[in-house]
Amino acid sequence: MIIVKDLHKKFAGNHVLRGVNYHVHQGEKIVVVGPSGSGKSTFLRCLNLLETPTSGEIWFDGQRINDKNVNINQVRRHMGMVFQNFNLFNNLTIMDNITLAPVKLKIMKEEEAKEKALQLLARVGLTEKADAYPSSLSGGQKQRIAIVRSLAMSPKVMLFDEPTSALDPEMVGEVLEVMKELAETGMTMVVVTHEMGFAREVGTKVLFMDEGIIMEENTPSEFFSNPKSPRLQEFLSKVL
Amino acid sequence: MEWFHSVQQWFLSVQDKFYMAFIEGDRWKLYFKGLGVTLEVSLLAAVLGVVIGTILAFMKLSMRKSGKPTLLARIAGIYIDIIRGTPSVLQLLIMWFVVLKSWRSGVLVAGITFGMNSGAYVAEIVRAGILAVDKGQTEAGRSLGLNQVETMRYIVIPQAFKNILPPLGNEFIVLVKETAIVGYVALSDLTRVASQISTKTYEAFMPLIGAAVIYFIITKILSILLGILERRLRKSDNR
Ligand SMILES: Nc1ncnc2c1ncn2[C@@H]1O[C@H](COP(=O)(O)OP(=O)(O)OP(=O)(O)O)[C@@H](O)[C@H]1O
Ligand SMILES: [Mg+2]
Repeated sequence: MIIVKDLHKKFAGNHVLRGVNYHVHQGEKIVVVGPSGSGKSTFLRCLNLLETPTSGEIWFDGQRINDKNVNINQVRRHMGMVFQNFNLFNNLTIMDNITLAPVKLKIMKEEEAKEKALQLLARVGLTEKADAYPSSLSGGQKQRIAIVRSLAMSPKVMLFDEPTSALDPEMVGEVLEVMKELAETGMTMVVVTHEMGFAREVGTKVLFMDEGIIMEENTPSEFFSNPKSPRLQEFLSKVL
Repeated sequence: MEWFHSVQQWFLSVQDKFYMAFIEGDRWKLYFKGLGVTLEVSLLAAVLGVVIGTILAFMKLSMRKSGKPTLLARIAGIYIDIIRGTPSVLQLLIMWFVVLKSWRSGVLVAGITFGMNSGAYVAEIVRAGILAVDKGQTEAGRSLGLNQVETMRYIVIPQAFKNILPPLGNEFIVLVKETAIVGYVALSDLTRVASQISTKTYEAFMPLIGAAVIYFIITKILSILLGILERRLRKSDNR
């Protein structure tokens, strides 16, 4: 579903991604871990071209998307993204946050979008917040709404960049729970996280990123019980 | 009783001066006419300033994919530099005697000049207001498939508006006072009227203080209105 070929990204001389190759298949839950600054976010953001790759290829659904002739806005409709800082639209109510894109992009009629929003809100237990503004919500609530906002576009894949890192510890669980439920629906997911429990439980593959490459890739059980590279062994000894 | 007499004299002379400055020959009407000119120029300039400033701001914000400024951004930058780097009196004289030489309406020329001048300052206000909106808002919009214009329109600009309004109001207040130089192009605004009357009556104090008081009242009213508007906006933010 997503194919990454020899992806490089430089920021003004800082060579962050140094040749990433990966293939995400339909229905997989790829969990990406690695030390801070290793390029996890950059990798994820290259997948929907929030960052423009310096070189290499990104393929989505059989189409090369880092190509001048591709309408990236069209592509992004099918790729949801959840950010560390939620990034709910502060000027809009929760309902409008969720329905803005589907309605303005003429994917759904307003009534239809609202109905879908309410269904999704019910799924995360936040129906009563429909008319609230983001600033009145807790971090955990915001992140659940952010997930719902992406889901309202019926994406084919969901990208998560440390969705629980900005949360108070007692709110991490409620967000992970929503993500688990989403995983169970068969959604294809790429998740950057420090939650090793989630990686173990939900991941179909775990990737270790370090020094701008995918240094190791394995099934969760192998990944955690039998790490091969010394860097991963060192990393795991710190985080587990 | 010497002192009583001199106080009495003083009061009489003040009364006299007041009479000369405002009452005699219905002079007070002149002040109001002057104020009218001041407000006309200010209003025209404010509207034009917002339009020009907004256009300049978006020009200046435009970037190439490489992150370098576009030609439009450079042009806007140069315009802003020139306006901010030269005295507004000179800008006014240049417009009146050179660029728009054939135009008859001083109000129009002054309004355009101050509008172009104010636009440079408004541009920076608008630009700063837009840049102050968290980048994450844009990224979230774009990640949903909204294009740049849609993201700006539905997400960034409504939020930037709240940042922009207070300094924009201040700019308008400054503008009202700045227009006090339109006498240079033979416009009888409030300041010029006051100075003409003081020449005519050989008495400077009353007309000049009178004009100052009127300016003060106008700007005070404006800043009170602005305060109310700001509080309204903040309330809608208090969710
Ligand atoms: N927009 C940018 N401009 C310049 N440098 C950047 C930019 N974004 C990221 N970098 C640099 O790229 C490197 C990798 O950053 P990235 O955010 O991808 O790391 P990460 O693995 O997500 O780290 P963390 O776990 O802290 O989120 C860092 O050195 C960072 O400073
Ligand atoms: Mg990161």
